[in-house]
Amino acid sequence: MSEVAPPPIQRRAIALVSGGLDSMLAVKVMQEQGVHVEGVNFFTGFCVEGHTHAIRKKDQDKDKRNNALWVAETLGIQLHIVDISEEYKDVVLNPKHGYGANLNPCLDCKIFMVNQATLMLNKARELAGEKGFDFIVTGEVVGQRPKSQRKETMPIISRESGADDRLLRPLSARNLPPTLPEREGWVDRERLHGFSGRNRKPQMALAKQFGLEEYAQPAGGCCFLTDESYSRKLTDLWTARNERRYELDDIMLLKVGRHIRPAPHYKLIISREEGENRFLEGYRYQFTSLTTASCPGPLALVDGTLENEEQRHQAAAIVARYSKGRGDDQVVVEMREPGGVARELTVTPAHPDDIPLAWNVG
Amino acid sequence: MAEQQLDARRLLCPMPVIKTQNRVRELERGDILTVTCTDPGALNDIPAWCRINGHEVLETRESGHDVLITLRVGEARSAL
Repeated sequence: MSEVAPPPIQRRAIALVSGGLDSMLAVKVMQEQGVHVEGVNFFTGFCVEGHTHAIRKKDQDKDKRNNALWVAETLGIQLHIVDISEEYKDVVLNPKHGYGANLNPCLDCKIFMVNQATLMLNKARELAGEKGFDFIVTGEVVGQRPKSQRKETMPIISRESGADDRLLRPLSARNLPPTLPEREGWVDRERLHGFSGRNRKPQMALAKQFGLEEYAQPAGGCCFLTDESYSRKLTDLWTARNERRYELDDIMLLKVGRHIRPAPHYKLIISREEGENRFLEGYRYQFTSLTTASCPGPLALVDGTLENEEQRHQAAAIVARYSKGRGDDQVVVEMREPGGVARELTVTPAHPDDIPLAWNVG
Repeated sequence: MAEQQLDARRLLCPMPVIKTQNRVRELERGDILTVTCTDPGALNDIPAWCRINGHEVLETRESGHDVLITLRVGEARSAL
């Protein structure tokens, strides 16, 4: 009887899938080496993905697909979407490694996400043995991102996430010390890549080589915390409340409308178009709201309290300023309490000069 | 075989997908689940999630401002 070598065990990896090109390529590189890959995608509450497009009418023509799901389907992998929005607050509020250019805690974020994947990996290994997973894959590239993807941060992420040398970055592995999957021969290091820096041409070439002609815009644009205007609105929220905290509704509302703060204790969130109008509609049972009754106009939510008649008129006049009746002498504005009780206020629309630039938080 | 409903109204994507995923985890193969959403993006995302994870979409329809997706749970294939 001739000796037949037992078939090699198919190794299994959990990949962090953002929906961007890098993680897509990282998965593909693993698949090319025969690794079984399943994706995880984390919902932090700050994801630009999908829903802002669903809100804004001007974006409705764009494809509303969720890119992470699209990547998974294109590559033929399963995808698990995990809601980490509650636990993620601590990452945003207390990042051990600090923020990037805006309120983006990129390094802590990456550590947190890889740690979540590590916990999933450990649990699956405990429950499923061989049907569990062997290592974790990310699309990280040395030198790609100023805050988190640097040569010095790569070992920090591996160590502090608890993934240690079970964390493999297929696009940049050749610039880094060999990890467990490479040392054990589960993957061939020679067939991994040595990408580095912000130049994305190597990724685009690799995508072409794989026949991937369509992919989402390169990484970085997927989180609102990297956005200057969004970060300003979040800072304003914390300043106004005298404490650094937020709820999921708060951070959703920061993605929508024009935010004007005439006084520390109240802010108006004014819709800019129909889609935002519809979105804010859903919050009218939680907030006092203002709409113009005598002409078409926006819907505005009052975040905070209007303490007296003067402030109620001030708020109504600002809302009227953004209505079709902005040139009229008088506009009727309906003010509705969360409980449904409504009253009408007749106001002269605010003049642009009455709304100082400093009130505009974004 | 159970037939169940899931209310995912007023949630924005990807939350309807996440809610669907978490509910499907508790169901058995062959069970039927109807998810009601208000985010029209769910019409793309939930069927995509089903295709990826081996569940069958039986019907998608719109009713007023709601979109409804009915699916049949497939075999659990993942240890995650």
